[in-house]
Amino acid sequence: MAIDDTPAMEVEDLTVAYSDQPVLWDIDLVVPVGDKMAIVGPNGAGKSTLIKAAMGLVPSVAGEVRVFGRPFAKGRGEIAYVPQRSSLEWDFPTDVLDVVTMGTYGSLGWFHRPGAAERDRARKALDEVTMGAFERRPIAQLSGGQQQRVLLARALVQEAPILMLDEPFQGVDAPTEQAIVAVLDRLSDEGKTVIVVHHDLQTVPEYFDSVLLLNVRAIESGTIADVFTEENLRLTFGGRVGVLAQLAEAETGR
Amino acid sequence: MDFFGDYTLRVVALGSGVLGAAAGALGAFAFLRRQSLVGDALSHAALPGIALVFLITGSKAPFPIMIGAALAGWIATLAVRLVVRRSRVPYDSALGMALAVFFGFGLVLLTLIQKRPDAAQAGLESFLFGQAASLLREDVVAMTILGAGCLAVLALLWKEFKLLSFDTEFGESLGRPMRRLDGLFTLLLVVAVVIGLRTVGVVLMSAMVVAPAAAARQLTNRLAPMVIIAATIGVFSGVTGAVLSSVIPHLPTGPTIVLVLSAVVVVSLIFAPKRGLLWRWIRLGRLQPAAALDPVLMHLYALSLQHPAEPDHGHGLAVLRTMSPSGADLEQVLGDLQLRGLVSAVGEGLWAPTPIGRREAEKILDREAGS
Repeated sequence: MAIDDTPAMEVEDLTVAYSDQPVLWDIDLVVPVGDKMAIVGPNGAGKSTLIKAAMGLVPSVAGEVRVFGRPFAKGRGEIAYVPQRSSLEWDFPTDVLDVVTMGTYGSLGWFHRPGAAERDRARKALDEVTMGAFERRPIAQLSGGQQQRVLLARALVQEAPILMLDEPFQGVDAPTEQAIVAVLDRLSDEGKTVIVVHHDLQTVPEYFDSVLLLNVRAIESGTIADVFTEENLRLTFGGRVGVLAQLAEAETGR
Repeated sequence: MDFFGDYTLRVVALGSGVLGAAAGALGAFAFLRRQSLVGDALSHAALPGIALVFLITGSKAPFPIMIGAALAGWIATLAVRLVVRRSRVPYDSALGMALAVFFGFGLVLLTLIQKRPDAAQAGLESFLFGQAASLLREDVVAMTILGAGCLAVLALLWKEFKLLSFDTEFGESLGRPMRRLDGLFTLLLVVAVVIGLRTVGVVLMSAMVVAPAAAARQLTNRLAPMVIIAATIGVFSGVTGAVLSSVIPHLPTGPTIVLVLSAVVVVSLIFAPKRGLLWRWIRLGRLQPAAALDPVLMHLYALSLQHPAEPDHGHGLAVLRTMSPSGADLEQVLGDLQLRGLVSAVGEGLWAPTPIGRREAEKILDREAGS
């Protein structure tokens, strides 16, 4: 945890609506510096929408986002974003290194092209996700797990203090999952803040420090021990949570 | 015949080349953004703009006509956006509607113009199917300036347009004004379409946007080569078609260019390496029967047993080659094994059996032992 108390990210009263139907209601959220937070909730709970709205990628009806105490517009550069793998067009004519180099575009001005220095940064990030041997591979030929590691590498290149990942473990192989967990752990050890939309309740206590339980409203947020309880899971997921509840009990030792 | 000594032909060839380059290069991005239909809507929507400018000014001077055409096309894209945002009409339907409404209005205006005494002098019908032979020096100057401008903007904002085409949301997360870039891209596309209207005509101009990109995508897996190939195909078909139609009397330019283009596209669809139909046919035809694959799988399995703690350890092609009979197409066999999910490439030229592949190898061993 940080010495000074300013959280990495604060969300206040965030409300998002698609054609008049609210998708997110009055979300309040505080993410301390160095936290590894999972956002979990049932399908349609607005998990992806929350991180997109927090980044201004979808319009919000109301609400405010602060990054290290500053308004979002000024803190935007502090956040690296990893979109859902399936939202991209993987038949695009380019290779792995080029996609990862896109992570440097934010630090390059208009009209500037990435050069050797930028490509070196990209190579370093590729090595971190053990994809170094694939830099010239067309992205159309990657497996799902490899695609996900490429997207993570692109975010690492940004060297941002906050990372937001949308479902990075969705449909990836076990080695990729382990590789991503290792990178997230290292980032967190370095004091970086990691926010992950996650769908696998079983791994929440193992992978994360804290959790936001979301179902259109923020049901509860806080450390795993305080928040990841049977009652809260039942509130979030409705009745279908018997097994999960036992799991929570076992994990939190209640 | 002396093609390039002839001044008129040179003018025609230059104009068509410029428009081919601009439409091809921008078309590549439109193609990747799945916006190929936008070119069609833009060009058809330009017709009322052309007719209105003539009705108001009574002249066919290139710049006013191009500005009128561009404005009409631009308004059509705004209308499409408005309809999509404010209603449940899907994007392609909105495009189709805008195309029909604007083109229909343009045809009505054209009929009105033809009833006027100066109709013959107007000659606006040439905007329907294109007439490269009627290009004047001033037309080509205007086309060259605008086309070069489009290409220059594309080159300067290369990485931004790449972001726009590949991952708009990520671009936005970097703080780039993606919506404004989208607007700028549409504007460039409008300009590229407009400079082709006199030569190719509103009806077929969209082919200059779509077809070179479709052919180029077959031929490469990288963005810059794709854009350059698309532009080159655009130049080639533009110049060939325009020159042919200028030399052969009564041959309209647009259809001629489109025929040349179609030939290029068909050839690339069939013969392109890796993505072409012929390639696929050969590839599937050459799929090896299991009997040819088993030995290689067994070799890989045997090698993997030397690294029991490291199932993903990669084994090089060279090692496998020494184990196989000479003349065997090892890479082909490995590719087929990979298609079956039995082996995987763990690096460049490095292969390892997958867990299923190891299971399969064990089954084969059992079978051999039993028989």
